[in-house]
Order: sequence, then structure tokens, then C-alpha cells
Amino acid sequence: MPRLLEGSIAVAQTVGRCRPDVIAAYPISPQTHIVEALSRAVCAGDLGDCQLLNVESEFAAMSACIGAAAVGARPYTATASQGLLYMSEALFNASGLGLPLVMTVANRAIGAPINIWNDHSDALSQRDSGWIQLFAESNQEAVDLHVQAYRLAETLSLPVMVCMDGFVLTHAHEPVEVPDAAAVDAFLPRVAPAQVLDPDAPQTIGAMVGPEAFTEVRYLMHHKQMAALDAIPQIAEEFAAAFGRDSGGLVRGYRLEGAETVVVAMGSVLGAIEEVVDELRDDGVPVGALALRCFRPTPAAELRAALAPARRVVVVEKAMSPGTGGIVGADVRRALDGCDTRVHDIIAGLGGRPITKASLRTLLARAREDRLGSLGFLDLDRDRVAAELARAGTPTAPGGHAAQALAAAGLWEEDA
Amino acid sequence: MTDEPRIRYAQVGTRAVGNRLLDPEQRALQSDPRRANAITSGHRACRGCGEALAARSVVDAAMAAAGGRVVAANATGCLEVFSTPYPESSWQLPWIHSVFANAPSVAAGMAAGLRAQGREDIRVLGQGGDGGTVDIGFACLSGMFERGDDVLFVCYDNGGYMNTGVQRSGATPPGASTTTTPAVPGRPGAELSQGKSAPLIAMAHEIPYVATATIADLHDLEAKVRRAMEIRGARYLHVLSTCPLGWGSDSALSVELARLAVETGLFPVFEARDGEVVDVTPIRRRRPVEDYLRPQRRFAHLFEPEPQRDVLDALQRRADRTIARFGLDRHA
Amino acid sequence: MLQVRLHGRGGQGVVTSAELLAAAAFADGRHPQAFPSFGSERSGAPVVAYCRIDDRPIRSHEPIAEPDVVVVQDPTLLHQVPVFAGLRPRGTVLVNTGKTASALGIAELPGLPRVVTVPASQLGREHIGRPMPGPALLGAFAAVTDAIALPALEAALRERFPGALGDANAAAARAAHDREVASAAPA
Repeated sequence: MPRLLEGSIAVAQTVGRCRPDVIAAYPISPQTHIVEALSRAVCAGDLGDCQLLNVESEFAAMSACIGAAAVGARPYTATASQGLLYMSEALFNASGLGLPLVMTVANRAIGAPINIWNDHSDALSQRDSGWIQLFAESNQEAVDLHVQAYRLAETLSLPVMVCMDGFVLTHAHEPVEVPDAAAVDAFLPRVAPAQVLDPDAPQTIGAMVGPEAFTEVRYLMHHKQMAALDAIPQIAEEFAAAFGRDSGGLVRGYRLEGAETVVVAMGSVLGAIEEVVDELRDDGVPVGALALRCFRPTPAAELRAALAPARRVVVVEKAMSPGTGGIVGADVRRALDGCDTRVHDIIAGLGGRPITKASLRTLLARAREDRLGSLGFLDLDRDRVAAELARAGTPTAPGGHAAQALAAAGLWEEDA
Repeated sequence: MTDEPRIRYAQVGTRAVGNRLLDPEQRALQSDPRRANAITSGHRACRGCGEALAARSVVDAAMAAAGGRVVAANATGCLEVFSTPYPESSWQLPWIHSVFANAPSVAAGMAAGLRAQGREDIRVLGQGGDGGTVDIGFACLSGMFERGDDVLFVCYDNGGYMNTGVQRSGATPPGASTTTTPAVPGRPGAELSQGKSAPLIAMAHEIPYVATATIADLHDLEAKVRRAMEIRGARYLHVLSTCPLGWGSDSALSVELARLAVETGLFPVFEARDGEVVDVTPIRRRRPVEDYLRPQRRFAHLFEPEPQRDVLDALQRRADRTIARFGLDRHA
Repeated sequence: MLQVRLHGRGGQGVVTSAELLAAAAFADGRHPQAFPSFGSERSGAPVVAYCRIDDRPIRSHEPIAEPDVVVVQDPTLLHQVPVFAGLRPRGTVLVNTGKTASALGIAELPGLPRVVTVPASQLGREHIGRPMPGPALLGAFAAVTDAIALPALEAALRERFPGALGDANAAAARAAHDREVASAAPA
């Protein structure tokens, strides 16, 4: 039965049903409600012998998860933005060691400048960390993905990151069905770990590997990620059979039949995109959308199959790689290598700027008129940017661009 | 405190008088062929490595105390590097190396995981050098202390980042020359600052057990590990471990130098419970700091081309202060 | 789909009001979505919250740019914050105030929305003992729109606030609802 729940609470309840043994909790906006809810659950005795570790940093959180997984316990933690960066070293370590971890990332922009609102920079900044990265479009999917993530992580012995848009999803109250506890237990049997610290059979984990073997070790990790391309749809299918919902998987097409223009995106923005697609289809415009549900590994074959028939692809992405452009777009281009389909990277929604249906409609109109370049910034205030660039060469007040902006607005006062 | 007799080693020249003259049950564990040998031979440590000697004593003592049921988390550093050259490993207990700064947190996670599984009979040991413990791992260490995680954390202190080529750490003694505190004319080497005492900081967390020890008294080191293993909660052991390479000393002098550090008062040996010192090892025969400094090339600049009297006096004052502070002078 | 935007100041329960609207709609079998806009959550700072109500699942999570209904919990915001931005023509406005719309200068807004003034703080003081305007505004909301029903709203208030406090909140809502119904009835 669906209940009206805040996204964070729904995720916390679901994680509880996955029976974690160790929860490492460190707060950062906008994930705080998740760790708070889990703390309450542990303290109320709702999670059995689950140990709550109130750690002193995100780096400690991921490290504690590594330790817990190493002794065969099932860990959990959540983070966002700066916290994800702070644990970056540990992320690479966890995947390199092949540990089955699951973590929620409540997607939030990365500073400087500090920004607490939603975009995808945090998760995408760690795209090379060796973690599987899944993106939820809705709170229901976020909930479902956590269950699938544990199954995936423990099957492959690889860590999995479940991404959900910070604030936009974490703090939205909407009807969500939290999976039934018994069904989750059946879906997540305890799996003997591939490696474990056990006095009865001592192992050394984390040795130093030199040039003679490092390449092979890394190749095997890449190979394992590629194996996830088979495991992910398989698990999604089994999930659908057990829970009756289509969640997860690699990609999801929306009204792709005969679509000349396809919008590709990840996460909650797909809701608005679908509504725009519906409106345009009502007017006979051949547009569709493709949800990229799994970002790492890249589902290249699925992307190609879905997008090659289209004339053009507009990738709406909430992050960018400064100095080069889109991140998701680069993967899309690679998947479409050799096809005639044009790909346009549109950077949008950075730092929580809403991606409005009006802007999407305008964007798609320009796309259909072939007026989009290969890289664009949605809703960029060009006047403001131009003014700042003009001013950059001729400062009118001492100090950085905040001071210049004040001066331009006539608000700067020299000290008497 | 247990009633074990305190066994004193007396060193004559380079030979230690010890186990042969003791009753079997008083002998150091290392002399017992049934010891766990948790770090077996074949590792790549330097000749005379104090850390290898210390770790061997510590881990075997922990294994003996826990019936062989110990798991270890190790920070990056010499110990980890010389013990696990893939595809070999010296470790004969379950052992994990994660990254440089997080050994205390990994250990905390291990302890929590074992507790969740109802397997608290398995004890958790965390290990690291001074760099990984007092510098980059400091936040994780403090967090582990503050939470009271059931971990014995051992710091093998050789006063610098030795694995990477002898750079200065927060535990580098004042006046020591390292590659990042080079003794150039006019500079004393490492600054004569107040330093960072990890044992005192551990005590400030009021954890149940904090102790210092050195490789010059392995009986004492083993006894302290045993005592620590009798306790649950966060425990900290700080072991002075000579590094012949980093200290520029003769590899045959590693044990003697550690003894000199104690007898000059530069390294106090004590035990603390819940934030209070409960026992000290008095200095048997007081030595001036120069006796400790001269055999080490990292202090050579204090003597050549001319003695840096101001630095030497400052170091002597520091030793005097430590002796007074901890009550180490048995004749006082 | 009905889109509601709520304005107020931190500490006045604006976010809670949006959640309660959603809860009431959900109880009646409709599909709701409620979320706050986020900023530094200082007490007294302007706060915005959103609620969508539909009979089908709601896909978009974007902030509501073109609300059908605007609820203003603090009248001091009226001329400080663009509370009516994007309000659809012939929309509805509910304002927490004891004054008339004319007195507040909002009697003839662009798009000619219906403006409903509700002495919500006063009703809050009377029934709950604190000038919390949310429950009364929601009660009036139930009266002037058909998005939620009063019984569902009362149930949501009792679910959210325990015991006597829940009853008091429900009473405030009912009082505002009935007052609105009475004033709309033909003389």
C-alpha cells in the first residue's frame, strides 16, 4: 500500500528493511533526514543488532563501511556533494578492494561557490571511482533501487551508489510504497562474501601491487563493471516479478516510436521532460525521451539502440566538465560513434536552478530548427555574464567579483 | 593492574640479558615457539627496523591474549608496504589495508560489524605509523576514541614519514633533520615547537587505557598489550620504534637508541587509565640528551661543524621537564 | 492538476501546511506532491512551499511557477516578496489577515483572482492557543476549492498532531471552513 512519505523517510525505511548491520552516519544537507530517521530506528530497537556509528566525517563513514564489509557485515551510509568528495579516496579504495557496499547520494552541487541545491556534479565527479552509479527518477524508484543495489553489490562484490536528487526528491512528500519486509528478505538473502576477514581462514586484503600485475587487476575491475550491464537488467526483472514495479534497469524509453528528437536525461527532471513530450506529441511533434537509469557502467549498446534511429539527441545534464562541456553527452556520443545522429549537450539546472517546462519547450523548438550547437547552457543569463566579463578587465572596486557586482549596482561605498 | 612481576632487561653492550635467566612463564612471548608469528619472516623491512620488531611483539601478544582471534586494520606506511609485496604477505592473521588516514575508522567499522554479527570474541587491532596516526589519521583516531569503539590502536612512532623518504611528521622530535625540515645553517632542523603528544591527546579523551612503550623493553611492551586486551573499548598504545634509515643510525643500535630515548627522559614510558597516569617506568640511570642524539645522523648538525648549544640546551630542558612532569626520576 | 504555492516566514509552519494539504488529498484517494523551496532555514526568513494535487501520478518535480492557488500565511510578505508571480488568471488567493483585501491593497490583482481573507492567526490563537495560521488557512482552502474535503483535512491534522493538539488544530480548521461557507452562502 502506498503511503504519503517524505522521500528521505521512505529511503530510510527501505534501507532498514534491507537489514544493514552497520550504519555509518554523518550529516550533510540534503541527506540529513535519511540518517536521522535511521538513527531513530536503531535507537528504538527497530533494526535488531544493527550498529549505528556516528562518525566524525564522511571519510570516516566510508572507511567504517569498508571495515564492516571486510568482516562480512552489511553496511550502509549516505552522503552528498562535499561529503562525497571528502570520501573520494575511500570510494576508490572500496571498489578496488571489491567490497559490496551500498550508499545513497542525495545529489547536490559542489563548491566553490558553496551551493546546497541539486545538481549531479557530486556523483559525476566520482564517475571513475569504480562504483556502479544508478539514478532514480522518483522517490518510488529511489526506494526500489536500494533493494536492487544490495542485491547487485553482493552479487558482483562491487560498491553501488544510488543517486536521488537532493531536496527535489529527498524532501518531496509523495505516495511511495515501501517494499514489504518479508519480500525484501527473500530478495536479499545473505551471500557469503567473496573475501572476508576471518580468524579461521586468514586473508590479507589490500596488498601493494606493482607494475607487473596492476594492469590486470584494473582490467578485471573494468570487466566486472561490464558484467554489471547484464546483472542490472536481470535484477530489475526479478525485482519486477517480486514487487510488481518497473524500476531500475539500464535505460527507459518514453515515446521513442518515430521520435526525430530524443531528450536524454537522468533523475527527477525526466518528470518535467515527459510532460513536455506529451504536450508536443499532442501537437504531432515527433519527440521522445530516454531516461538513463544506470550511468556507470555506461549502457552503450542500449543507448545506441534507442538513439541511433533519431535525427538528433538533446542531452539535458545537470553537471559539466569545465573546459570541455557535457559529461553524459560525452558518453552518449561515444555510444553513437559512427551514427549520423547529432548530439547536443545542454547544461541545465546547475546548483538547483529549476528546469522549467517553458524552457524545455523553447529548447526543443530550437532543436527542431537545428539551431542548437553542440554545447549550450539552458537559461544562462547572458547579459549578466557579459557584464561580468566586461568588468573583469577594468575593476571599479577593490576586491573580487562580488565587490564588482556591488559597484556596478551603485552599492559600493569606499571606506571613509 | 595485574600483579605480574616487572621484568627488567639489562643490556650489556649489544647483548640483552633476558629470557635465558627467567622462568619459562616469565619469558617474553617472542621466545615461545608457539607464538602466533603473526608477521612471519620474508617481509622486506630494513635491517634493524624498530617497527617490524615492535609489530611482531604487539600482534603476537594480542593474538595470545585473544586466543588467536584477532583481525587487524593497517594504515599505509612502512609496515603495510614491507609486509605485503604482492603476491606475498607476511601476515598470518586476517588483515586489511585500506588507505592512509582511515585505519582507526576501518577498525571501528570492523568492530561494529563483528558486534552486529554477535562475534565480539574476535578482537580488533588498528595499526599505523606516526604519520598515519598523529597527522593524516588524527580526525579518525579522535573519532574512534570519542565513540569508544572497541579497538586497540597501536602507533609505531619513528618520528617521520619514513616510507616515503624521511619527511617530517607531527611526531618528528624537535631539532631532527628530515628532508622537509633540513638542517641548513641557521636552522635547527625540525622546529623547536611544543610538538604533538598523541598519548596525552588520547588521555584527554579519557579512554580506558593509554600506554607508551619502546622496543627496548619487549617484556613491558607485551605486558601492556596483554593489559590492553583485558579491556573493552578504545585503547591506545604508542610505541617508540627506531628507524635506522630515517634516524641515520647503525642498524645494530636500534634497541639501544630506544633505551637511550627513555633514559634521557625524551620519551616517557607510562600507563594511563581513564585520562589519569597510573604508572610510570622510572629511569634507572639518567643520561644526558646528547648520549641519545650523537649516534643519529639526523641530529649531527647539532654537533658539527659546531655545537648548537642553544638547541641542545633546549632539548635538555625539554627532557628535564618531561622527567619532572611524569615523575620519572627514581631518585627524586 | 491543482497547483498551490504557499508563502510565509520560517517558523510559521508553511512547509507543514503544504504537507497537510497533501495528506488530506491523499486520504481522499488523490495523488499529491508537497515540497519546500530550500534556503537557509532561519526563523523569520521568507519561506515558500508547494503542493500539487491531481487524480493521476504527478511526474514533474519543478517548483510551481504558475500556481492556481496562492496561500499567504504572513501578510507582511505581500509587498516584499512577489507572492503572486505566475498566478493563473482567475486563480485563488488566501491571505492570513483580519483586514479586508482592499485595506491590504490586493483587492484587484492582475488576472482578477478571487481573494479570500482569513483571520487565521486569530483563529489559531482561539482554538490552539498559539497564532499558528496554517490549520485555519487550510480549512478555508477546503471551503473555497474542491481539492480537499474538510473531514480528510481534520483527519490529517489529528494524525500529524497528537491528542488534544490535533483536536485543537482540527477545530481551527473547521472554524475557518464554516466561516467561509457561511460568508459565501446567499444572504
